[in-house]
Amino acid sequence: MKNCITICLSVLFAVLAAALCRGQSEQGEIQITRPVSELGNTKPVPVSIEGFGPEVTDILKFDLYVQGFTFVAPDAAQYQISGSSADSVVGRVVDRFAKRTILSRSYNGAALRRQAHAFSDDVVLAITGKKGIAQTRIAFKVQAASGNGEIHVADFDGHNYQAVTHDGTIVSAPSWVPGRAALYYNSYKLNNPDIFYHNLNTGERHVIAHYSGSNISPAASPDGSRVAMIMSRSGSPNVWVANADGSNPRKLTSTSEDSSPCWSPDGQWICFATKMHERRVLAKVPADGGEVQVIRTPGTPNPTEPDWSPDGKWIAFTMQAGEFDICVMPADGSASPVILVRGEDPSWSANSRTLIYAQRTGGHYVLSLLDVYTKQVKDIHQISGSDSEPAWAK
Amino acid sequence: MKMMNLVYPMTLALAVTLAATGCRNHRPYGVTPIPNGRGGQVGDVGAGNTLSSSQMAGGGPQTDINSFDNMTQDRAALANYTIHFAFDSSTIRHSEDANLQSVASALNSDRSTKLIIEGNCDERGTEEYNRSLGDRRALAAREALAKLGVDPARVRTMSYGKDKPVDPGHNESAWSQNRRDDFVLLHPKTGA
Repeated sequence: MKNCITICLSVLFAVLAAALCRGQSEQGEIQITRPVSELGNTKPVPVSIEGFGPEVTDILKFDLYVQGFTFVAPDAAQYQISGSSADSVVGRVVDRFAKRTILSRSYNGAALRRQAHAFSDDVVLAITGKKGIAQTRIAFKVQAASGNGEIHVADFDGHNYQAVTHDGTIVSAPSWVPGRAALYYNSYKLNNPDIFYHNLNTGERHVIAHYSGSNISPAASPDGSRVAMIMSRSGSPNVWVANADGSNPRKLTSTSEDSSPCWSPDGQWICFATKMHERRVLAKVPADGGEVQVIRTPGTPNPTEPDWSPDGKWIAFTMQAGEFDICVMPADGSASPVILVRGEDPSWSANSRTLIYAQRTGGHYVLSLLDVYTKQVKDIHQISGSDSEPAWAK
Repeated sequence: MKMMNLVYPMTLALAVTLAATGCRNHRPYGVTPIPNGRGGQVGDVGAGNTLSSSQMAGGGPQTDINSFDNMTQDRAALANYTIHFAFDSSTIRHSEDANLQSVASALNSDRSTKLIIEGNCDERGTEEYNRSLGDRRALAAREALAKLGVDPARVRTMSYGKDKPVDPGHNESAWSQNRRDDFVLLHPKTGA
């Protein structure tokens, strides 16, 4: 027993030390290898996938494609992914250049789909050193032609979806509370655009803002203790911040026509879209109150719907010049925005690499995923009607 | 990257040692069990779905929004006085003055009535932006009515963004109809 404890302790120490070293090398790596010029211009990583059944192969290809991988023959691959999925998923990854196996795992329990997602997350971690996105969740609205809709949640690829609301009214702008199974959203259930807080585990919900005028576009702070939102109770739509339960609301801006507030990951800033001198701009304001600062977005007119990446480096937003395009710029304003693809309302994945966004086709929206480095895009599984206003759980 | 290369052999070697020594609670190497249920996972939806709208924080609404609730909506009375806006604008044009005057007269002639102004947008704009723009359009009409003698406390504004187009088309003729404020007259409920 004593022996066992000694070994356990030394294992723990070694793993901790290894994790520490890895964290350091990763930090250095990000700064060197991710300049703005790589946005939309990075070559995908060539991998081969062999041996799995069709369902698991499709899932792996979907997951990896939207995280910057491309699929080639085994002899052209940088990494060879192989395995089987007869009863359960068994998989391994061989680094063909280094000539060694970097991952070998089997999975049991749950459905093949979930095993495949777990394997793809391990593949991404083994190859890139970063956490994958395949076991994350999204929230969005599903709208009928009447204009009424319901808030839904689903896996990041649109599967395993479930309605959160059953209100038969206009709903909009779901926002996750980070690290919790809880959403804020706007519903017209009480004949007014109000903000609801909804605990997804218990199904219990509360109205946290029901004032005269608009109570819309909620955004939970990174630590979940506060909520930013747009309210017009004082005569024009402005950014307000309140405690998580809606108490102690405080007006932060006096600009006109504010919309879509989002938080910097350190909780210090709230970025939002507004109008100044009859022009639409992005701006930011200290979350505790202070001067509104314009965020310049040269070359991308009519910016709206900003979303600050969880690693703090980027702001994604929608520009409108006739059509709508997804843009990404450095949050510190050190370079001009890069225009990536047609689309609206981007929301970052937890690992700050993939965006989910809405695209107009005909009279409705579909949701798609975009790897911001390779610009690889895939539509997620669509529910029905018009699916839009995605929010990625962090 | 070089440090990373060391991580896997090290972890592997140690994990194998660990497995071989027979510590309690060890798991077979390389097998990842995935729980079947989603219990407690972020993104799970619970069974119940209760609405407790009474539990409003912050002491409730500042403006008495509830005073509008127990009234009868008359959408027909002012339907001819809908006002329209230029693209991406909440400025009220002079061409709309006569309609606003008619709305003001209706309210001023019967002090028991109230008004809901519904602001709407065309589809050319992002969703939450349009919700704010619709709000500005409704608020602009409320300000104009105040100048015509209507007490703003009798007027409630509501934005539908682009969710309630009158014309579902995707052309300028539809869009120009959809950029509008609708006026809904409220009467006290009879017998109340």
